[in-house]
Amino acid sequence: MTATLTAPPARGDERLARQSAFSRLAGRPEIGALVGAVVIFILFFVVAPPFREAPSIATVLYQSSLYGIPAVGVALLMIGGEFDLSAGVAVISSSLVASMTAYQLSVNVWVGVLVSLVVALAIGLLNGYLLVRTKLPSFLVTLATFFMLTGLNLALTKLISGGVATKDISDIDGFASAQAIFAQSFDVGGVSLRITLLWWIVFVAIATWVLLKTHLGNWIFAVGGADASARAVGVPVKKVKIGLFMTVSFLCWFTGMHILFSFNTVQSGQGPGNEFLYIIAAVVGGCLLTGGYGSAVGAAIGAFIFGMTEQGIVLAGWEADWFKFFLGAMLLGATLLNVYVRRRAETRK
Amino acid sequence: MTTSPATSGTAIDTLVTVDDVSLSFGSVRALVDVSLHLKRGEITALVGDNGAGKSTLVRCISGIHRPDAGTISLDGREVHFRNPEEAREAGIETVHQNLALVEDLTVWQNLFLNRELVHRFGPFALLDRRGMQRKAQEMVAGLAVNVPAVKSRVRRLSGGQRQAVAICRAAGFSSKLVIMDEPTAALGVQETARVEELILRLRDEGHAVLLISHNFAQVMRLSNHVWVMRAGRCVGGRRTAETTGEEIVALITGAKSA
Ligand SMILES: Nc1ncnc2c1ncn2[C@@H]1O[C@H](COP(=O)(O)OP(=O)(O)O)[C@@H](O)[C@H]1O
Ligand SMILES: [Mg+2]
Repeated sequence: MTATLTAPPARGDERLARQSAFSRLAGRPEIGALVGAVVIFILFFVVAPPFREAPSIATVLYQSSLYGIPAVGVALLMIGGEFDLSAGVAVISSSLVASMTAYQLSVNVWVGVLVSLVVALAIGLLNGYLLVRTKLPSFLVTLATFFMLTGLNLALTKLISGGVATKDISDIDGFASAQAIFAQSFDVGGVSLRITLLWWIVFVAIATWVLLKTHLGNWIFAVGGADASARAVGVPVKKVKIGLFMTVSFLCWFTGMHILFSFNTVQSGQGPGNEFLYIIAAVVGGCLLTGGYGSAVGAAIGAFIFGMTEQGIVLAGWEADWFKFFLGAMLLGATLLNVYVRRRAETRK
Repeated sequence: MTTSPATSGTAIDTLVTVDDVSLSFGSVRALVDVSLHLKRGEITALVGDNGAGKSTLVRCISGIHRPDAGTISLDGREVHFRNPEEAREAGIETVHQNLALVEDLTVWQNLFLNRELVHRFGPFALLDRRGMQRKAQEMVAGLAVNVPAVKSRVRRLSGGQRQAVAICRAAGFSSKLVIMDEPTAALGVQETARVEELILRLRDEGHAVLLISHNFAQVMRLSNHVWVMRAGRCVGGRRTAETTGEEIVALITGAKSA
């Protein structure tokens, strides 16, 4: 039984109805990143001749996908109002677990892959559970897991493998099929592309679909934008948040599997620092650090910007150290741009 | 004497019975042994000064808080809502004092938040955006004088428009009880009149309405029964027809005890 009044339909407020195409476009979260990506592409296209060649573009796309896959999860989580500082090390934890399980127990690598998946999801569950239970900010909770995982990665690898890297697992059963899924290369018109590029596209597409087409997407935006309000209408806020942390873990695991199956061994000290790249990709792509706003496509563009910059600097013959400076500058620029665009889009009639 | 909820709570037309409910936030005793009841097909008003505990009681009934002690019954059966979804499932819709809207979502997204219409394709459920927008338009058109476009974000709306959206949401889904915590506080004269019409209409359709209001004229005009809260306690209840504004004020301030 609904109870709407059958009064004559009142006319809409014209001041609200008239929203120009510009402000509608500028209101999209990813628009700033898109402009940035075009500018940076043109910059390197001009200053670095090798950047114009197809293999370089392929390398850029590959590098971007390595940032981009975890960034999909990080963006969803950020839209849901939280962030995860443990994502960078969690990637390496996943590779280490898979590799050492397979090697030490002499089992098919797929066993290692699955054990690693379970461990990764458990890490996400732990992050999410601690967050909703303690009501501590995600900064603190995931900072703690970040340090714990960093320590565990180094200590357990040394304890089990007796070194800083895991043993080569390329001759263990199942390696070939796992490599085909996580790390194969294929040819398109004479250019060698990595499969992570395809997976990246798939993950971005799924995330976008979930955000825009499913009720779960509505919930993610609501939970990040106003969790008390979302809770008051019955949205399962805690489950959504835990699910988002586990999504990040899943994508970190996936990236970890790629690293394992493309290098055969894993350096236990890798990983720390990358969590910021994922977060920055999401922020550059228009996600608000405070939650409730953003897009997966934006984060993908953010990751692409990094891939371009990292390769572009090398191809232009510049000192690679400049990359970090660029990261910071881009983060600052993107944040300011997003704030500005958002404010304009909001106040424009 | 006030009617004793314990005895009259058994009447068949009683929808909700609150029995000796207490709730503390740390050292703040927000609710102390609150007992009251409300009936189907009636508008029950809840009045009291700021800080008396009205919103806290509302949040207990709508599943946001769980009482430390005491029970709440719906349709004669004890209920223990663990979250707001369970309360909504049981047929309790609420307009919260803070409205519980998500500013970055559009009007229609807010109206259908957690009540999304979907197209089902096997295991997949896709949002029926068109359908929700159309229905949202109908829901809003009946109420607001200054109709917000359903596709605009709540952030862009005026206070009155936001309140209208929250009220539409509570009225728009089938429910047994609609709770309105100061629903007309931010509304203009015309909008207030519309909301009052809607409240009467909800009653006529058989819903129970729990109305919290600081507007005495409104309470006297609309309600069938008034409960008064003071400092976390329910200090009395009256049939509206058998009381006066002065008596209610005296109960609120404590000049007169029940
Ligand atoms: N979540 C909360 N945490 C701590 N104290 C609260 C909370 N909610 C309400 N209170 C306190 O409980 C008392 C009753 O508040 P409230 O129910 O909002 O009153 P009313 O709605 O009648 O104005 C107040 O003293 C208020 O400060
Ligand atoms: Mg209140």
